[in-house]
Amino acid sequence: MLRDTWVLFRHGVGVTLRQKIGIVFGAVQPLLFLVLFGPIFTTFGTWETLVPGLIIQLGLMSMGLAGFGVVFEKRSGVLERMRVTPASRVALLLGRVLTNAVTLILQTVLLLAVAFAFGLRAPALGLVAGFVLVVVLGLSLAALSYAVALTMNEQLFAPVMSTAVIPLILLSGSFLPMSMAPGWLDALSHVSPFRYVLEALRDLFHGHYLTGTVGAGVAVTAVFAVIGLTVGTRVFNREHA
Amino acid sequence: MIKASGLSKTFDGGVEAVRDLGISVEPGEIVGFLGPNGAGKTTTMRMLTTLLRPTSGTATVAGHDLRADAKEVRRHIGYVAQGGGILPTAPLKGELELQGMLYGLSRRESAARAGEILARLDLAGLETRLGGALSGGQRRRFDIAFALLHDPALLFLDEPTTGLDPQSRANLWGHIRALRQEKGMTVFLTTHYLDEADALCDRLLIIDHGRIVAEGAPAELKTGGRTLDDVFLDITGRSLREESALPGKGV
Repeated sequence: MLRDTWVLFRHGVGVTLRQKIGIVFGAVQPLLFLVLFGPIFTTFGTWETLVPGLIIQLGLMSMGLAGFGVVFEKRSGVLERMRVTPASRVALLLGRVLTNAVTLILQTVLLLAVAFAFGLRAPALGLVAGFVLVVVLGLSLAALSYAVALTMNEQLFAPVMSTAVIPLILLSGSFLPMSMAPGWLDALSHVSPFRYVLEALRDLFHGHYLTGTVGAGVAVTAVFAVIGLTVGTRVFNREHA
Repeated sequence: MIKASGLSKTFDGGVEAVRDLGISVEPGEIVGFLGPNGAGKTTTMRMLTTLLRPTSGTATVAGHDLRADAKEVRRHIGYVAQGGGILPTAPLKGELELQGMLYGLSRRESAARAGEILARLDLAGLETRLGGALSGGQRRRFDIAFALLHDPALLFLDEPTTGLDPQSRANLWGHIRALRQEKGMTVFLTTHYLDEADALCDRLLIIDHGRIVAEGAPAELKTGGRTLDDVFLDITGRSLREESALPGKGV
């Protein structure tokens, strides 16, 4: 399984790196928020509060729509061609989600570089810990996205996922902390796992490591990873996938 | 090479696509699997290639049990699906190398093997193109190249020549014959073309409503001066010529 995962990952990274413009294009939206909304936000907030929200936005948009790739592979028969090889089904999923993780890492680095130029000053440990959380969350989200893409009518995948991602971004408190929201919206936002991860990221970016908020973010990310990878693997194992 | 007994597949909703199928294919044979649209050809092929789990029955493919040892079955078979498996936007060279590596070859072995097969199938030099830049016949031969990278003992071809012009079909037949002649490869193929079945296959299996309804060498089936189309019409009540004019449903 490890060898097959590595083979698919290396192939996927090669394909991704040949399409550099695609990596940049995927990060354009949070970059625009950073450049055009950040200077307004920082008149009353901090870059360390805003940038984690933009990273979550990036992760949701980039990884939530990762299933697009497998829709094309399914339609063209490539997925079936791979499924008839002795390669492990888990590797067929892991090779793809690890490739997506590389894309997310590169996009996040780009976002952070621009954010530093604008005034973000997060501690190195907080950045590294935040990175780990975001990558694990992104992997799980990509796995779920593949599961949805392989299960759902392919014509519906794009509109359904695009529609689902927007409320998830808003409910996570990406643009403004949910503590500023009216009570009912604040309560509703607790159903989104991304709120917990985002609040943990904000703590980490402010240099607060051993807090209940960070603990909750780590726990939610771990549970989400187990669910995402389990569901993704099951769907890749299914005979009609 | 293939021994199946009592093989059945019932889909969710109770549709019985294949019923109590018994198949026996000897090493080195080219066997044609004929049937009207919806008869169960593709379902049978997908079961024998481990892509679908049979509802009941047993089968041994390339010496390995279909249910207990699916991975070993996959290691020894090649499969070309009805719709092919080529990404129009990807360079073929990288895709061929990847496919070979998924069969356990090293990158170098995979590249060498791909070069050898592309030369055999008159495709040398085309691997630098994108999948979408190939003609229909070239694309079909690339599909076969993908299936041959690991030198399988048994090749499954689902409607390999559908949509090809007569010249490309004849060219493909030549390649299939050569594979058997030079490598002793066993070939199990579905087709809508009776001339193809007649010219290429040692033996034919005719399936209708999920059951094998006739079996034999083309010459054995064409008794009393009948054509294969007459035989097919007598057995199934439908002409395969009419069927071939319909879009394939892939059941």
